[in-house]
Amino acid sequence: MTVIRVENLTFAYNSRPVFEGITLDVKAGELLALVGPNGSGKTTFLRAISGVLPVNAGAVYLNLRGESPRLVSTLVPKELARSLAAVEQEVHVEFDFTVREIVALGRLPHSHRLNPFSMQDKRIVEEAMERLAITPFAERSIQTLSSGERQRVFLAMALAQEPRVLLLDEPTAHLDLKYQIEIMELIRELADQSLTVIAAIHDLNLAARYADRVAVLSQGRLAACGHPRPLLTEELIESVWGVRVRVLQDRAGLWIIPQASSDLDNAEGDFSAVRASRD
Amino acid sequence: MSRFRGKRTFLILLLVLIGALLIGVAVGPVPIPPVESLKILLGLSDGGVQERILLDVRLPRVLLGLLVGWVLSISGGVMQGLFRNPLADPYLLGIASGASAGAAATIALNLDALPFALPAGAFLGAWLVVFIVYRMGNSASAGHIFRFDNYSLILTGVALAALFSAVTSFFIFTAQSEDLRKIIFWLMGGLGAPRWPYLMPLVSVAALGTLVLLVFSRDLNALALGEPMARHLGVNPQTLKKGLLFIVTLMTASAVAVAGTIGFVGLIIPHAMRLIVGPDHRRLLWASALAGAAFLILCDTAARTALAPAELPVGIITALWGAPFFLYLLNRSRRAMIPQGGVSL
Repeated sequence: MTVIRVENLTFAYNSRPVFEGITLDVKAGELLALVGPNGSGKTTFLRAISGVLPVNAGAVYLNLRGESPRLVSTLVPKELARSLAAVEQEVHVEFDFTVREIVALGRLPHSHRLNPFSMQDKRIVEEAMERLAITPFAERSIQTLSSGERQRVFLAMALAQEPRVLLLDEPTAHLDLKYQIEIMELIRELADQSLTVIAAIHDLNLAARYADRVAVLSQGRLAACGHPRPLLTEELIESVWGVRVRVLQDRAGLWIIPQASSDLDNAEGDFSAVRASRD
Repeated sequence: MSRFRGKRTFLILLLVLIGALLIGVAVGPVPIPPVESLKILLGLSDGGVQERILLDVRLPRVLLGLLVGWVLSISGGVMQGLFRNPLADPYLLGIASGASAGAAATIALNLDALPFALPAGAFLGAWLVVFIVYRMGNSASAGHIFRFDNYSLILTGVALAALFSAVTSFFIFTAQSEDLRKIIFWLMGGLGAPRWPYLMPLVSVAALGTLVLLVFSRDLNALALGEPMARHLGVNPQTLKKGLLFIVTLMTASAVAVAGTIGFVGLIIPHAMRLIVGPDHRRLLWASALAGAAFLILCDTAARTALAPAELPVGIITALWGAPFFLYLLNRSRRAMIPQGGVSL
């Protein structure tokens, strides 16, 4: 079932087009990776889908089970936030809110202004923190956390919104190897539990490994979209990113290895694993 | 950092405010002991002169201090939240300059003898500035995702503050000696010689404004994550800013119209309360209102007793306390920001 339908979406910034005529369907429980070079319009595209930016042409439809499709741009922000959660790439929190206070903000769209949080709201907040393993520092100030911990806090906040669609802008940026894998596995798990996820991801290896489909943005256009395995070829990557890569595959998936110009002599060379010597 | 978030904090702040009220009515050239004050207030005394002094002179003055301190502090808390900047205050968009120019013009045109003319002039001056800021904010936002963005608003406010200060300076320069004294006195701000009729409008504005701001205090929390994130959480940042700036302007302009531009209260009190009760605006705004009211009553009591029988402008006292405290906080927040910018995993 299609949950998000993007039709011919066009956005121009001071009459300079950022992206043009993008059409895309995203199904329930699908993890779609949005990839593309810097400045290809990934962030703007995500913001347009989330309704934050008014687009110049085209439409985004939100199609939830048991409801007729609705135009995102016509939804009241609070109503939209009950079905669609989004985390921006770099969230700077002013003032030292605690982790629990930040996660509790995820209940904002679900609760009435005049009512305090219900027991159910509190339970959902605690569950979201458990899920992201941030309960141990629930009382700590968000300002004291590392990038990886902060990313988990914002993900927990988004989960507390109980969304059907989750938009993430570079969820693994600034994270070390371990956290990159942890966050991607969590996102994969959420998608497997029928959450629809669209994530802008810089790292092609992570995108190829975890996403159901990748959408390649290039100069404001959708250059290609499909399952990573036939899609991400050495030729496509070279034409979009302008860099030579080796794309290898095994049972686990694709291995995309960028090559510096000095590597080119060895382009067809054999690869072998590098391990610490036993001596 | 340990935070005092329970009901006890509010009980303490409430007791401090009641204590400040009692001190405010008790202290003066004719001392009225707190017990006696309490009796008069409760209608249990026929203290004659003391009763008249308390009810006609001190009580309106103390209540004015309460209202102005309350309004400026809660407005300051909201401005800091709206602009995501702990150094913002109620006068950020130029309300003080507009009100000063309005008051100076009223005095220079000799309209100030008319009842209510001086507060009305100040009130209109403040609104004129904010009206222009709104108009500019709606159009000049190129380079930002959202209209009504903070940079346009603040820069417009700074420019207008300069413009209206020039107007005030012009009136000061051309004023005759008696007008000159009046203008300068107004500019310094003070709670002297309040009249009951001035209090009533302020009471209703403070009550209404406080109610609205508290209802929207959770939306302010979402705004602390930045405007795009607030939008993702279902809060429309532009609508919130427009609505709350209107309420803050109404409250601040009303306070300034009656008491002049009293500085530092709206900056220091919310900042200090954030250190005590934390940044959650649902607690912060309440705490700021209570603490600000108590603070201004005590400052005013000090202002009228320090050099008695002469009266210092209360702005001198608030600044005398406020400026060093502000420098301390600034130094502290700068140090706190160093690890925040440098840490990545």
